[in-house]
Amino acid sequence: MTWSATARGAHQPDNTAFTQQRLPAWQPLLSASITLPLFFCAGLAFIGLGLGLYYSSNGIKELEYDYTGNPGTGNCSVCAAEGQGRAPPPNCSCAWYFSLPELFPGPVYLYYELTNFYQNNRRYGVSRDDAQLSGLPSALHHPVNECAPYQFSAAGLPIAPCGAIANSLFNDSFSLWHQRRPGGPYVEVPLDRAAIAWWTDYHVKFRNPPLVNGSLALAFRGTAPPPNWHRPVYELSPDPNNTGFINQDFVVWMRTAALPTFRKLYARIRQGNYTAGLPRGAYRVNITYNYPVRVFGGHKLIIFSNISWMGGKNPFLGIAYLVVGSLCILMGFVMLVVYIRYQDQNDEDDDDE
Amino acid sequence: MWRWVRQQLGFDPPHQSDTRTIYIANRFPQNGLYTPQKFIDNRIISSKGYEDWLRHNSDNEVNGAPVYVVRSGGLVKTRSKNIRVGDIVRIAKDEIFPADLVLLSSDRLDGSCHVTTASLDGETNLKTHVAVPETAVLQTVANLDSLVAVIECQQPEADLYRFLGRMIITQQMEEIVRPLGPESLLLRGARLKNTKEIFGVAVYTGMETKMALNYKSKSQKRSAVEKSMNTFLIIYLIILISEAIISTILKYTWQAEEKWDEPWYNQKTEHQRNSSKILRFISDFLAFLVLYNFIIPISLYVTVEMQKFLGSFFIGWDLDLYHEESDQKAQVNTSDLNEELGQVEYVFTDKTGTLTENEMQFRECSINGMKYQEISGRLVPEGPTPDSSEGNLSYLNSLSHLNNLSHLTTSSSFRTSPENETELIKEHDLFFKAVSLCHTVQISNVHVDGIGDGPWQSNLAPSQLEYYASSPDEKALVEAAARIGIVFIGNSEETMEVKILGKLERYKLLHILEFDSDRRRMSVIVRAPSGEKLLFAKGAESSILPKCIGGEIEKTRIHVDEFALKGLRTLCIAFRQFTSKEYEEIDRRLFEARTALQQREEKLANVFQFIEKDLILLGATAVEDRLQDKVRETIEALRMAGIKVWVLTGDKHETAVSVSLSCGHFHRTMNILELINQKSDSECAEQLRQLARRITEDHVIQHGLVVDGTSLSLALREHEKLFMEVCRNCSAVLCCRMAPLQKAKVIRLIKISPEKPITLAVGDGANDVSMIQEAHVGIGIMGKEGRQAARNSDYAIARFKFLSKLLFVHGHFYYIRIATLVQYFFYKNVCFITPQFLYQFYCLFSQQTLYDSVYLTLYNICFTSLPILIYSLLEQHIDPHVLQNKPTLYRDISKNRLLSIKTFLYWTILGFTHAFIFFFGSYFLMGKDISLLGNGQMFGNWTFGTLVFTVMVITVTVKMALETHFWTWINHLVTWGSIVFYFVFSLFYGGILWPFLGSQNMYFVFIQLLSSGSAWFAIILMVVTCLFLDVVKKVFDRQLHPTSTEKAQLTETNSSIKCLDSMCCFPEGETACASVRRMLERVIGRCSPTHISRSWSASDPFYTNDRSILTLSTMDSTTY
Repeated sequence: MTWSATARGAHQPDNTAFTQQRLPAWQPLLSASITLPLFFCAGLAFIGLGLGLYYSSNGIKELEYDYTGNPGTGNCSVCAAEGQGRAPPPNCSCAWYFSLPELFPGPVYLYYELTNFYQNNRRYGVSRDDAQLSGLPSALHHPVNECAPYQFSAAGLPIAPCGAIANSLFNDSFSLWHQRRPGGPYVEVPLDRAAIAWWTDYHVKFRNPPLVNGSLALAFRGTAPPPNWHRPVYELSPDPNNTGFINQDFVVWMRTAALPTFRKLYARIRQGNYTAGLPRGAYRVNITYNYPVRVFGGHKLIIFSNISWMGGKNPFLGIAYLVVGSLCILMGFVMLVVYIRYQDQNDEDDDDE
Repeated sequence: MWRWVRQQLGFDPPHQSDTRTIYIANRFPQNGLYTPQKFIDNRIISSKGYEDWLRHNSDNEVNGAPVYVVRSGGLVKTRSKNIRVGDIVRIAKDEIFPADLVLLSSDRLDGSCHVTTASLDGETNLKTHVAVPETAVLQTVANLDSLVAVIECQQPEADLYRFLGRMIITQQMEEIVRPLGPESLLLRGARLKNTKEIFGVAVYTGMETKMALNYKSKSQKRSAVEKSMNTFLIIYLIILISEAIISTILKYTWQAEEKWDEPWYNQKTEHQRNSSKILRFISDFLAFLVLYNFIIPISLYVTVEMQKFLGSFFIGWDLDLYHEESDQKAQVNTSDLNEELGQVEYVFTDKTGTLTENEMQFRECSINGMKYQEISGRLVPEGPTPDSSEGNLSYLNSLSHLNNLSHLTTSSSFRTSPENETELIKEHDLFFKAVSLCHTVQISNVHVDGIGDGPWQSNLAPSQLEYYASSPDEKALVEAAARIGIVFIGNSEETMEVKILGKLERYKLLHILEFDSDRRRMSVIVRAPSGEKLLFAKGAESSILPKCIGGEIEKTRIHVDEFALKGLRTLCIAFRQFTSKEYEEIDRRLFEARTALQQREEKLANVFQFIEKDLILLGATAVEDRLQDKVRETIEALRMAGIKVWVLTGDKHETAVSVSLSCGHFHRTMNILELINQKSDSECAEQLRQLARRITEDHVIQHGLVVDGTSLSLALREHEKLFMEVCRNCSAVLCCRMAPLQKAKVIRLIKISPEKPITLAVGDGANDVSMIQEAHVGIGIMGKEGRQAARNSDYAIARFKFLSKLLFVHGHFYYIRIATLVQYFFYKNVCFITPQFLYQFYCLFSQQTLYDSVYLTLYNICFTSLPILIYSLLEQHIDPHVLQNKPTLYRDISKNRLLSIKTFLYWTILGFTHAFIFFFGSYFLMGKDISLLGNGQMFGNWTFGTLVFTVMVITVTVKMALETHFWTWINHLVTWGSIVFYFVFSLFYGGILWPFLGSQNMYFVFIQLLSSGSAWFAIILMVVTCLFLDVVKKVFDRQLHPTSTEKAQLTETNSSIKCLDSMCCFPEGETACASVRRMLERVIGRCSPTHISRSWSASDPFYTNDRSILTLSTMDSTTY
């Protein structure tokens, strides 16, 4: 601008798009004509997606059994009655018999479910020592205060793993037996107990303390197991890759659940003859009943489920998509009616002027 | 030799006595009790750090400036902060006084000097200050040695124009007492002009100077938005506390059973078990408070401050508010009130200098009952003018004609008088002498020294004379007299020289009875060459005519009224002759009054009263003050915007009404009601009742009300309610004959009326300061009457017409921006914290947090802060030109509409709804904690919280996007950038085991979440559902009852190309955009560059449209 050099005063503001608030801008308006097609498109897309999600969720099979053992609900009630107390109940086992009329398509996942169990209670949730669990030797012997009252044993030894979460580790165990022919023998179905925890938890977040003389037991010397445990942490499993802090059951348990009713993955069935799923026939689940839940009104369930790309059986997402999609379309129609009527009115107004 | 003036504070506690004694004596010990006063220390405590910093910088500059102080009989260079009370300071030409000094001597024999106080009050004229004659002779450092004197003066006070004191000089064992007044006090901050050097004694330094005392007087104003913000805050505090109480109570009802309080898997420590129940209860309550405290948007205050501070730059930057002729741009003194500009309901404006140019041109005069008009530099007698009978209408037409004439006269140079004028002058000799003698005009014929920047420079180039006057009227009169042939040449050594038709006459100036606003007149007493002593008085007609005993009083009164009807400013001129005995008495009484230490002003007023009586009227003058540019349009626009315009002026009734008519404040269709000349209470009340009746009877047309000062004070004293009633029903009110404080009182009255309207005051002079400070928003016009108004205002602009852009565009924008900012902040914090509250129902009220602590901290700081800040700086929901041309849009935001409880509830409920959708959407998605991963593994509580948080961040950001109408590339950047940043940050934060953090809760949580297909679908679903509600509401609102703003938005064209335009400004997007754009251009064929630079002309269709609206619906502004 040539004029500015001469005519410009010393205090004249700059004539730029920014200072003059003239930045080029896109100025969209939420008018009916724009939103109408948007609503119809979104509505249709959502209904389509909803149908897809709904059917893919419906295709998932689930089989569950409540083995809490409330009186008169199967043979676990014996154990339940015995295990009323708070102390670790004596070894007690019971079984669940079921039969599959047709193939339960695989891969099949075995879950246990607890209800009324508040893993998300704050006092419970903070009662852990991530440094100890990451195998830090110094933390092993000096658990954090949050672990109290499961910080030191009665003898004054540091508890490893410390805290309420570790102490309450779920200790029921299951085995699955298949009777191929009626009256025939039950054959044990192999349960794959590996890779039930997050890969990063198992490989990175949870680490055993460095071995002392090649022995994990020595590494844990000077620590006490949590009071409710029958055996020390290094004896959780004979498999050296699955014992100590990196025991998969333990790692799964340590990822606390968001809600008081929760499931944890117990095992996957995908080996041997069962790669394609569980064939038809009679089955028995042997349950070692240890974990007391009736004290706090909880339930224990065992669940067989298969999995799609979107996870377990959950019709919510599909239904929600269908509802929102239809709402969109409905609103679209309402808006269309309003739009047309308003348009007429508007034209009249214009005529009046 | 040393000079000391000792400030005996020890003997003279500052707050118990009215005076302080500073005494000058010789040979005082050097190391006495004199603690040097730090020069300046005005750290005004305010939230505006930047403004403080600027001030601090300038302080340092002033503090460190070198000055010369008389010490040890010589000049010593020191820093100005080292000056102590009593130091004798030497100031050279064009230097700034570093302290308040009492003038001792100057390089002139009479001890006078000239200063300009432009930086104090903006008055650029030269002011003469004089020294006491006894000290005026001490012109050298050596001479000052012999001085022994004591100064007694007031304690420091802020009034720039008041100074009372006396100097007791001991000369030859004899004490001489001399009065000291403002004319001998040189104020810190003023600048020495036209004088080589002066010596002065510092009497007030540092924080005690008048300049420093004036700094503090600024009061804090709070905007309506801030007030509603605080209301909302209280509502949220109540929500917070009740949520905490509910949670605590529920926690304890829940925990009554041991199986919930302390199940076997989650036992308490001994310590926890044994702690007292009450203590636990309280600590639980506090824990809930901490958990939910984020519902109180602390960051709102930070963001609001930032928005106001940064946003206010746009006002100063605006080229439309820049006045090219005076090279002045708009100034923002208080950024706190930006949004208040969008809320104004009442505008109070001064007339002179605000509506008018304050550029006086002599037009007419009435001499001894004869009317004369100045045409091209000569006086032409007027017959019985047909002009006056035709009234206002013809005046309006002739106004433009007069304006044209004024160019002619100003450009015509000083010319010799023709013969017939000589006659005239001889005939009316006294009148012209009075005009050219009765004033305080200064003359400068020095051209080189840069005082040429004074605005009153005359155009009399050939005569080499330049007049400087403190009032533009005086200058216009003296100039006019000069044009006619009576040239004021100058006053030196108490003599005034006048060249009458080329013949020089000397008048000894005996006394000046200065102008003050109570008397509304000034006089001079001179001794004519013939020896007779004359008093010439000049002043408002109301203050002169009652004092007159002779002359053509009645005729002049009629003429004055006629002048006033034309909108001219009138002054009456009278004289009085003294006998020598009379004069002696006057002289004595004046001296007594002037030297009085106590109640000097009162005494002076009495003496003046005594002197200015028995006058003989000479005539009257009429001076024209031109209307400013586009005043009429601006006032009309203000009215269309539903703003009531009140004109408050000190002018007389007729002048004020005619100016009001010519500037469109009153228009012809209006029924003009009058409340003037009320003498008694009952009369006034009766009149008011009558007016009220007339208004109710006749409510079809608009009413205008004229009130004068005396009637107003009567009306305000007893009948406030009735008066307000009348005023509210009038669309225009004109108050004339107003004293400055009365102006402020009127505003105060309106402010505290039941509707609590937002008021705005515009003014340019020192007399408007009180009104500017009283109003919610004070606007100063940077005009001719100095900078005092601008300095005390919240916003200063150069012209009245800028008001329309300031209010309709800036005010509107700022209001929309800040209102949305406030609402959005509360909304986003409700969204944020309600899921936490809901989660407590599922975790036994154990205060488990839903989100990780890092997310809690960063939500308001990083993830959601920038889009709203940028929105609040750049948003333009509608084109500024449309806003300016359609003032009615201003009504859409009146009465703080966007921050009404209704809108606030809408936003809050929306926030709660969204929070419920986030939380329960996630809750049902997880269901009975069903696996959402393709490998059957489970999520934990942190994944659940992260899911809620992710949905929330996206929703809240997109909600902001929905609110945004003005998408510049910056908006695109920060909006989408915020979401991207959240993802990048979360990936990073969850991807590492942080060595210094105690718990690794978030490790890989976010990545696991994103690896779940269901989670993605859920996120999309929840975001869409949340916004669906809002979009539906918006669309229906727009379709069913669109506001006029929304209708105006529709008229703007908008196309997809605009979106591309905005992207093109973004450097990276440019190249990518260009090809797309070219393609589009080819397809659509209409993307020309002119499309980007929206061009609007004055002949805008909106404008003409609205004016027709105005004339059609006259009751518009009263119905709103």
